[in-house]
Amino acid sequence: MSTRHVLLGLLAAGPCHGYDLKRQYDARFPQARPLAYGQVYTTLQRLVRDGLAAVDGTDSDGGPERTLYRSTDEGSRELALWTDQITAPAPFVTNEIFAKVVVSILVAAAGAPTGPDGRKPDAAAHLRAQRAAHMERMRELTALKTAPGADLSTVLSADYALAHLDADVRWMTTTTARIDTLTAEVNAA
Amino acid sequence: MSTREPRPSPESSALISAHGLRKSYGRTEALRGASLELREGEILAVAGASGSGKSTLLHCLSGIVRPDEGVVTYGGEQLGLLPEGRLGELRRSDFGVVFQFGQLIPELTALDNVAMPLLLAGMRRGPAQQQAGEWLERFGVRGQAELRPGEMSGGQSQRVALARALVTGPRVVFADEPTGALDTLAGEQVMTALVHTARESATAVLLITHDAQVAAYADREVVMSDGVLRSGSDDVVGQEAARREG
Repeated sequence: MSTRHVLLGLLAAGPCHGYDLKRQYDARFPQARPLAYGQVYTTLQRLVRDGLAAVDGTDSDGGPERTLYRSTDEGSRELALWTDQITAPAPFVTNEIFAKVVVSILVAAAGAPTGPDGRKPDAAAHLRAQRAAHMERMRELTALKTAPGADLSTVLSADYALAHLDADVRWMTTTTARIDTLTAEVNAA
Repeated sequence: MSTREPRPSPESSALISAHGLRKSYGRTEALRGASLELREGEILAVAGASGSGKSTLLHCLSGIVRPDEGVVTYGGEQLGLLPEGRLGELRRSDFGVVFQFGQLIPELTALDNVAMPLLLAGMRRGPAQQQAGEWLERFGVRGQAELRPGEMSGGQSQRVALARALVTGPRVVFADEPTGALDTLAGEQVMTALVHTARESATAVLLITHDAQVAAYADREVVMSDGVLRSGSDDVVGQEAARREG
């Protein structure tokens, strides 16, 4: 996710300081990678440096003095370009699970080395264990989105994560069903 | 509306246990030694591909068919030893069943479909209809009370089917691909309604599904493959390797 564009988008509603931007970010993107305060302030400083945002005075509100930021006209244009731009479907998906399956087959065929406990790699068992881990996370996300009072942002964020985990599970299911063929193919190559 | 006191947590004893179930149809072995336990108030998903034996398992556990071998115990009673009359009684009072295509009676309204199990249990028509109406309200389909199944959407029909399955306050609901014929949003509504009600009344649910997103509503999952079951918690690489090498 482009943090600079998201912060610019939050500033579109009016001037805001870093602390409130961080709170808004957390509320609107509950399943996103956590955003550190330091990253908020660094990003705001870069937006100012690039002319996309500007300092709009200070606000103390009874507490410590805080710098307010606002979007500039150039920032608004940049934001419009970003929201108009279609996100390119990723041409390649990093699939660590597939890599582990293939490597497990290769190592098992080589007969060595084994792990510290003496076990040989087992691609099928690995896929089943990975499925169990995925399902555990999917149960957590389902509980999160069906909790009483869950807002739509939480539901949609959880749905996005669930759909991706579900795609992994489907892939693992079909791969498990074809593991003997894959093993023969990998070992023959 | 019939609800019982919440029962102990899913950690408590088994409500249904099955050991070594085998069932064949002709030369096809649908179950090849399947064993599992469903605990009081637990929601258990049985996942697996089409044709893996999931539905046959449900039919054996709910007493709809008798396994060729193996034992199913419900609340301390062996289903295989019960006379048909007692089995029928259990199916009416203790078991609720929901299928992929609700299987509502097409000639009856939604209200009469839900009232039917209560009438069969001996309740008078007035109270039965009142209770049925409360369950339709609970599942958000009170407005469809006078519609027949053919006049409702798939999601509405399935929520009526859920109401019919739960209206007698069963101890366990068997749900066979309850969202299999629904789109994503309608499926979510059905699953949320089922799980919420089951947890509130501590009703156990055996949920048959091939869909991981549906299985994720359950407390735990077992996976059926070629007529045998594997617990998700057994799927740890070390345990699997130890089993193979042991």
